[in-house]
Amino acid sequence: MEKPFRRRDLLGIRDLNAAEVRGILDTAENFREINSREIKKVPTLRGKTVINLFFENSTRTRTSFELAAKRLSADAVNISVSSSSVTKGETLVDTALNLDAMDPDCIVVRHGSAGVPHQLAKVSRAAIVNAGDGANEHATQALLDAMTIRDHNGKIEGLKVAIVGDILHSRVARSNIHLLTKLGATVKVAGPGTLVPSDFGHLVESGLTMCPHVEDAIEGADVVMILRIQRERQDSAYFPTLREYSIHYGLTTARLELAKKDAIVLHPGPMNRGIEIASDVADSSRSLILDQVKYGVAVRMAVLYLSTGGSMGSS
Amino acid sequence: MKLLISNGHLIDPQAPENTGMSVLIEDGIVKGWLRNGEAPPEGTEVFDASGLLIAPGFIDLHVHLREPGQEHKETIASGCAAAVAGGWTSVCPMPNTTPVNDNAAITRYMIEQAERAGLANVFPIGAITKSSDGSELAEMGEMKAAGAVAVSDDGRPVPNAGMMRRAMQYAKDFDLPVVDHCEDKSLSSGGVMHEGKVSLLLGLKGMPALAEDLDAVRDIILAKETGSHIHIAHVSTAGAIEAVRRAKNEGVNVTCEVTPHHFTLTDKVVEGYDTNTKMAPPLRSEEHLAAIIEGIKDGTIDAIATDHAPHHADEKALEYDRAPFGITGLETAVGLAFNELVHKGVIGLERLVEMCSANPARIFNLQGRGTLKPGSIADITIIDPQRTWTYRGADSRSKSRNSPFEGWQFTGRAVTTIVGGKIVYQA
Repeated sequence: MEKPFRRRDLLGIRDLNAAEVRGILDTAENFREINSREIKKVPTLRGKTVINLFFENSTRTRTSFELAAKRLSADAVNISVSSSSVTKGETLVDTALNLDAMDPDCIVVRHGSAGVPHQLAKVSRAAIVNAGDGANEHATQALLDAMTIRDHNGKIEGLKVAIVGDILHSRVARSNIHLLTKLGATVKVAGPGTLVPSDFGHLVESGLTMCPHVEDAIEGADVVMILRIQRERQDSAYFPTLREYSIHYGLTTARLELAKKDAIVLHPGPMNRGIEIASDVADSSRSLILDQVKYGVAVRMAVLYLSTGGSMGSS
Repeated sequence: MKLLISNGHLIDPQAPENTGMSVLIEDGIVKGWLRNGEAPPEGTEVFDASGLLIAPGFIDLHVHLREPGQEHKETIASGCAAAVAGGWTSVCPMPNTTPVNDNAAITRYMIEQAERAGLANVFPIGAITKSSDGSELAEMGEMKAAGAVAVSDDGRPVPNAGMMRRAMQYAKDFDLPVVDHCEDKSLSSGGVMHEGKVSLLLGLKGMPALAEDLDAVRDIILAKETGSHIHIAHVSTAGAIEAVRRAKNEGVNVTCEVTPHHFTLTDKVVEGYDTNTKMAPPLRSEEHLAAIIEGIKDGTIDAIATDHAPHHADEKALEYDRAPFGITGLETAVGLAFNELVHKGVIGLERLVEMCSANPARIFNLQGRGTLKPGSIADITIIDPQRTWTYRGADSRSKSRNSPFEGWQFTGRAVTTIVGGKIVYQA
């Protein structure tokens, strides 16, 4: 379906070029300041409607999108569908068409199945923003990670980034690999063989290296990104025990020593402390985990603004 | 009633000396061949097939007609209507109906429904095990007596090698080929597409090629030991094709089929998450497609079968993870075979007819079919190899439209379908 003029979907980082990614980040920079004002509200999206359609539980992302919409004066409606639409006898497409019939400007969707935002984008008039679809992409997470890195390092180009953990099931890893390599960083990934399939090396054309050991990925890194062990997404055991995982793959102070002296640590949350990341690392000054959350609001403001008709860089 | 099909290009791999011949039909049987221009007996109707190909009726070894039990997807009548519109004179429905075709009563019911429809011939495939649950053998002898031509548990392949061995030993007593959908579900369970670069890119759970390879190898070893005929359904991997090639060289009684979608598409088309690209076995990657084309060329692959699997639009309008496996195929198969195989020079017309008619008849022991030699049954597929047309689901005779080929243009289609001497379809 042809979208009305100036409405744009954000289905994934994969579909964007480097200039578009930079454009979103620059727009987010412009919005950042609003969040530290006394009165955290501007009229930019007054009269626009945003529906947050969450088929999967989420505290951080949903709150972040809701605050982003409200700080731009859009009307935000949150829908949490804990059970699937199918159990109510409605197809995914029907759910989308019904919401779309209420003329929202943007539908932010999170779903446990990959591709749902793409399917909705085909039938909706509203702009679709992907807030995480299965193991496919989590575009705004990668954007807020990039904003955090850029804020700390001043750039992304030329940086060495290690991504460690459950790559197979991680939409955060996919979006980040696309974004970071598009912006000229080199990415090394590592984790248990069962969760880091070798074909993953072909995900992007260049800039991605698969490492046999966690230490190889972390060595000399500017950024260490730790993925969450998604116990809820694993339908069978990919490693024997959490204990063994934490010993062999977890980010400890000792492992972090291998990275550059001023390397930063990112985690998309929610953290399993003591499993993929040691508590002292998570709480150290190297950890920018709360900055990530903070910048998430600005990034989502930028995405809502751009997807409902705003233009890049100016706000 | 007498009918003469004249002036066409007769293609009959079983009787290659046929240049310039017309086919004379009487009472549903091929009475004989006349030279083009030779006067037929008094009262003969003449069908001018100038510029057309005349082939023995196409036989689809693998369809799902959904009746009894899932008539909202397809009925035997609608499935047969789609079949003859696609040039298929006979179809062999899999037993995954509701209830499962695991007994003579259901087999007989399916044949009677086909007779009522009066379009294509229906040769049911019975279940290997009761309810296709893999635990007890179904009454194969009784189903054979009622008209079943093979046995299979299709999408619920027998997981247990001991049970499969016993099934092969028992089916052999009744000359029933055992058809296996090769998929070791311990490797593929939960998967929704081919496991590889594209599945990793899309974040969808993969079904590795080796799930098919391992089961095919198991079946071949069992067939070798039992001396039974194993027919590998919808072969889709380089490994399974190579296993069949080697087994044939060793003299194992193994045959296999390929679907048009597997010789046409790769897993690349899953990008976009259209659920009409979801089927089992899944669309594979380039290297598997190349192996399929090689297998078609060198004769390793015996037959083209559609695996026509109708699903209601509502059932496909779901998340990719949740949508059912399968696509329709009866009406697009000939167009795809011409586009992808004939016009691209992969195979000639003789080989195409061998794969769609002569070989299927041989594989399921369908006496009097797969050839137009005098005395055979007058099932005939007449094809215009130059006819250009576009597939539109809205015009489909199937009750379902779950096809990834919507809007595709083809050159070559079945224009007239004759079953038992009777014209049942004309484009």
